[in-house]
Amino acid sequence: MNYFEKDLTSLHDDLVAKKISVTDLVKATFDNIAATDPDLNAFLTLNKDAALKKAAEMDEKGVDADNVLAGIPLAIKDNIVTKGLTTTAASKMLENFVPIYDATVISTLNKKGMINVGKTNLDEFAMGGSTENSAFKTTKNAWDYTRVPGGSSGGSAAAVASGEVIAAFGSDTGGSIRQPSAFNGIVGMKPTYGRISRWGLIAFASSLDEIGPMTRTVKDNAILLSAVAGHDDHDLTTSTKEVPNFAAELNDQTSVKGMKIGLPKEYLGEGVDQDVKDAILAAADKYRELGATVDEVSLPHNKYGVAAYYIIASSEASSNLQRFDGIRYGHRSDNVKNLEDVYVNSRTEGFGDEVKRRIMLGTFSLSAGFYDAYFKKAAQVRTLIINDFQAVLKDHDFIMGPVTPTPAFKIGEEISNPMTMYMNDVLTIPVNLAGLPGMSIPAGFAKGMPVGMQLIGRPFDETTLYKAGYAFEQATDFHKQTPKQGGNN
Amino acid sequence: MNFKTTIGLEVHVELKTNSKIFSPSPVEFGDDPNANTNVIDWGYPGVLPTTNKGVVKSGIMAALALHAQVEPHTHFDRKNYFYPDNPKAYQITQSDKPIAHDGWIEIDVDGEKKRVGIAEMHIEEDAGKNTHERDYSYVDLNRQGTPLIEIVSKPEIASPDEAYAYLEALRQRIQFTGISDVKMEEGSMRVDVNISIRPEGQKEFGTKTELKNLNSFNYVRKGLAFEEQRQQRVLMSGGQIQQETRRFDENTGETVLMRVKEGSDDYRYFPEPDLPALNISDEWVNEIGAEMPEMPGSRRQRYVKELGLTDYDAMVVTQTKEMADFFDETVKLGADPKSAANYLQGDVNAFLNEQHADLQDTKLTPANLAGMINLITDGTISSKMAKKVFKAITQGKEPKAFVEEKGLVQLSDPAKLQPIIDGVLADNQQSIDDYNNGKDRAVGYLVGQIMKQTHGKANPQVVNKLLIASLKK
Repeated sequence: MNYFEKDLTSLHDDLVAKKISVTDLVKATFDNIAATDPDLNAFLTLNKDAALKKAAEMDEKGVDADNVLAGIPLAIKDNIVTKGLTTTAASKMLENFVPIYDATVISTLNKKGMINVGKTNLDEFAMGGSTENSAFKTTKNAWDYTRVPGGSSGGSAAAVASGEVIAAFGSDTGGSIRQPSAFNGIVGMKPTYGRISRWGLIAFASSLDEIGPMTRTVKDNAILLSAVAGHDDHDLTTSTKEVPNFAAELNDQTSVKGMKIGLPKEYLGEGVDQDVKDAILAAADKYRELGATVDEVSLPHNKYGVAAYYIIASSEASSNLQRFDGIRYGHRSDNVKNLEDVYVNSRTEGFGDEVKRRIMLGTFSLSAGFYDAYFKKAAQVRTLIINDFQAVLKDHDFIMGPVTPTPAFKIGEEISNPMTMYMNDVLTIPVNLAGLPGMSIPAGFAKGMPVGMQLIGRPFDETTLYKAGYAFEQATDFHKQTPKQGGNN
Repeated sequence: MNFKTTIGLEVHVELKTNSKIFSPSPVEFGDDPNANTNVIDWGYPGVLPTTNKGVVKSGIMAALALHAQVEPHTHFDRKNYFYPDNPKAYQITQSDKPIAHDGWIEIDVDGEKKRVGIAEMHIEEDAGKNTHERDYSYVDLNRQGTPLIEIVSKPEIASPDEAYAYLEALRQRIQFTGISDVKMEEGSMRVDVNISIRPEGQKEFGTKTELKNLNSFNYVRKGLAFEEQRQQRVLMSGGQIQQETRRFDENTGETVLMRVKEGSDDYRYFPEPDLPALNISDEWVNEIGAEMPEMPGSRRQRYVKELGLTDYDAMVVTQTKEMADFFDETVKLGADPKSAANYLQGDVNAFLNEQHADLQDTKLTPANLAGMINLITDGTISSKMAKKVFKAITQGKEPKAFVEEKGLVQLSDPAKLQPIIDGVLADNQQSIDDYNNGKDRAVGYLVGQIMKQTHGKANPQVVNKLLIASLKK
């Protein structure tokens, strides 16, 4: 099965027309994985037996013609809990953790007939931008196995880009869907905060975390978002806004005509690779060609985003990760004499360095005497960033810019320097702080590596991003280029 | 040297809701450990809290009962600390914007009335319970997530007696809202106490100590009284009070040092990001206000003014909302208010104490109590007979039917009583002579004889009247 020639709609048609059975599709998917994953390392856990069993049941029942996801094999980032299927968050802390409930996105997808093929690799607890912080393995970039796939949803991005699966789900707290999507040349959507239920997403930073789809095409992405978005009684931060049928709006290739696009000057400033700048400027010209206007705009407080983010996200994480205490589930140290040892040794052994770094950073930021200077100040900066976006989006339909300052870097290149690593997220983090929808789409190549373009929209206006992404995709062929098996280098 | 005492009370009240504050697990006690828990109560990976709206409503009711200002825009915060009975390692509570602030209640110490201010009150979740047996420790999360209201007094309580009166008034007002059982013995009301003293004239508060293990209002009063004296002795002897936590010993009535506080715990409070802010509209508060049960103070006034009860009687029948409701209902059914109050504070209370039961859990009904009192008032039964009838109504029997069944009807008809009186007089010439010689005792003897002949059924008042008339003939 070569997923490069398929999209969700054509696969669905094939399944309904019985050109291929669900079982054969699932088998082919596991064949893809068997051929590719020993080197790529996109998956942490495969769900082969259950997937084949469900496939056989669906073949017997017949594939629901009204349900585009029926019988479609998908991959799930391993920080989304799956009932009966090991969920580790790529941490030794949860190495053997088998959840007893499904995340809302999983139960929703299961009802729609998704076949869950397995759980993809990530930076431990989604903390990182390269998957090098996984406790178990480092995923490779699908285009170049000496480079990182980005992160934290690096496993999902590599699995989709390499053609192992047609689509996957990730999560994005500061860029964790968009950055690996950019590094691997695929489409990744971080929806508006509150669009998708977080029930069952192992929390990193509750006010920033958002689940989202990762696909090869804009339309597939739109289909998946419609499938999982909406209010959930289990998550009071989800919106009650109606969820549009996003894909239904993607028939007109000229839909960006008359749109006003903002291009922030800060997004093409210092530290941004020349090839990346060129690709984005070329994309701006393409939009002008398609009938939109592109103006330079300014987001003056975005530069404080990284600092504010690492305080807010780490503070929330320091609290969220306290439940991993060795008492009820997860890793418990054998080397204990008293309660204090259970806590200290279990956590010392269970968490990796990056997780510990952020727990310390967050604990410090919330401490008495430091709260006002750090957490509170960061929250104020967050408000300024929100105001910046609001000002621009008042008279612009969306904002465009790069996803990352550079294309994928080499494995091992940045892991020892956290500050360099954190700066990879400089263009994605503000979007999480403001709770806005942000999408990465393929916009070219820099020395053979994919460059991603980021589209940032108004709250709950993913529709405009999909329309603009679709129009760009139809007018270019970047998304049609695919890596060779084993990477191009 | 004279000292001024300042006492602060933090009262935790457990709310009577069907489900927990942030999870749908039932709030039930006495079940098997961890029977009433789910993934949320365990702090399982990926779970999120959802706010029980009933808890917010209870919080508003408590605020109204304590004359506090409801905060229209409030939110929850996380209080971070590790402990096995605290599965998330944070408690969801309210820190910088509690649901209500600046309330007061009126207390009465030996007839002297005083308003005590309430600084703030907030809603939060309770923790589970750790138990230790031999070499093992166990965690039971049934209580985890039980809704609580914490009520913090202003530093305006100036004596152990005022503290007692404050707790009594607070308990009563909360009890009348119906949001909690407020029983210290069952843990649905818990009290943390701090006390400091300072020399008369000194502006700043003295160093305060905290007291633990105060399991009744009486122990609170005793513990505070001891601590007040102890602090005075320390200061008088030139010593200094250190900030410490002391344990009250129920056997000796003294407080003993548990631990000295070094610095303050850092709970790293921050706004709970998993829950949206709570916006409480004026309309909702007004709606709840309109449904609020009548508070004990206003009921007492009504009983004194409209029903002619004494202050004391009015106080006794407003001890609990159930008692006051029972009283209202009994009076509404025609019972004499004074008699109803007497029965409630006498026989009914004795019965409840004997049964260790609450009024609402017994078979006693206002209709039957009123029925019995009306039978006494109209002379059908004597108050002596009423003892038997009372026992019957505690078993749920209808008084009139019981009286008829047992033939307890009082003999009040003079036509029937006169022949009996005449007979007794004929047999007791000596007594008639005694009476005529001014020995009033003789009347008592004669009444006793008449009662004997009528098996106690004769109406004593009627007998007395007829007997005296006969003797004077």
